Amino acid sequence: MSRIELDRVVVRAATPGGPAPEVTVLQETTLDLAEQRIALIGPNGSGKSTLARLVNGLVEPTTGRVTVDGLDVARKGREVRRRVGFVFTDPSAQLVMPTVVEDVALSLRHQVRGREERAAAARSVLASYGLEELADRSVHTLSGGQRQLLALAGVLATDPAVLVADEPTTLLDLRNARMIGDLLLGLPQQLVLATHDLELALRCERALLIDDGAVVADGSPTEVVDHYRASAG
Amino acid sequence: MTASPLGDYQPGTSVFHRLPVGAKLLGLLVLSVVAVAFRGVATTGGLLVLAVACCMVAGVRLGRAARALRGVVVAMTLLAAYQTWQRGAEHAFVVVGALVALLLLATVFTTTTSVDRMVDAITRWLEPLRRFGVKPELVALAFSLMIRGIPLTLAIAGETRDAARARGLERNPRAYLTPLVIRVVAHARATGDALHARGLGDE
Repeated sequence: MSRIELDRVVVRAATPGGPAPEVTVLQETTLDLAEQRIALIGPNGSGKSTLARLVNGLVEPTTGRVTVDGLDVARKGREVRRRVGFVFTDPSAQLVMPTVVEDVALSLRHQVRGREERAAAARSVLASYGLEELADRSVHTLSGGQRQLLALAGVLATDPAVLVADEPTTLLDLRNARMIGDLLLGLPQQLVLATHDLELALRCERALLIDDGAVVADGSPTEVVDHYRASAG
Repeated sequence: MTASPLGDYQPGTSVFHRLPVGAKLLGLLVLSVVAVAFRGVATTGGLLVLAVACCMVAGVRLGRAARALRGVVVAMTLLAAYQTWQRGAEHAFVVVGALVALLLLATVFTTTTSVDRMVDAITRWLEPLRRFGVKPELVALAFSLMIRGIPLTLAIAGETRDAARARGLERNPRAYLTPLVIRVVAHARATGDALHARGLGDE
């Protein structure tokens, strides 16, 4: 199991459109995340996504240090990103190639050099997620659930040790949300899951409640979810 | 969903699918030069016949060819009207006909060439420039993103237009253009994040 460590991490961001002072998006946070499945819950704008993005280097700390298996995310970003996959809320932004098989093949460019071999490997990945019949389809024509499943397949194609998922079920209908949720929770990878779906959070080993840029509860999902429900009124 | 004027890759086994990317692009370039250098009714007529024949050989579906033209039909109609008014119907046919033929030929190219093959070809062509600091993989990726960006931008434009209509603002260009630009830029940033997350800018 991988180990994600945040050491006195603070994230500040400039307010858009003016010389106003910076806002603190994440207050000083120190965490040691070593469980298999970790849920990040909290209200919109609380800092869940910022915390999730720190793990992959999409957001860099203003002060402090983030490491994955001892690798500093700011200094060893390339190595960290090979270890840490990321799934976004909106898969449309994540799917960058025109067809399904090409998008998965893009993920495999570092691992498989030959085009034919890469296409075959991509089809094999698609088959393992039940997407083989969609291989030559344009990504535009896929449903929301199929797009999110493809985005996930594209990330898992490189077999990362850690998967960070930022509200991956928010835009999905109930059936697809369940399908993606079950798939995520059944993965052998370490999972950091930012979510509003409290049922998913309850199936993790550890949960963190983020509010106003701070971790306000950290522990067993049952206790943390109860805390969240109580604080929401 | 608004279709791309250049269509998407359509798998197949036609001669165009098997031709090397460079040969197809060179052919398209030569025909574009012919259309300009030997401008005339015969050239345009010949190009149109050739374009339709290529579409048939490549197996471009009729609906796809129609969608490719639908996106530019307003511009073509305006251009044809202007050319007819200024220089007569024959000249309008020469200009607009050649553009339609080249658009159909470009559709044959994009329909029979997967982006993966394009990326590989561009990477190969740019390899000699690596010693000057050019990163062929990144240039090729930027190219494929550009191709992917066309239908995406059109889809965003369609959604934004519908949103403006729903609020009764269809006659207000600001209500259409401002959110369109903001959404396209936001999407570009999100795509950048996604590429970054997949380690595709790290090489």
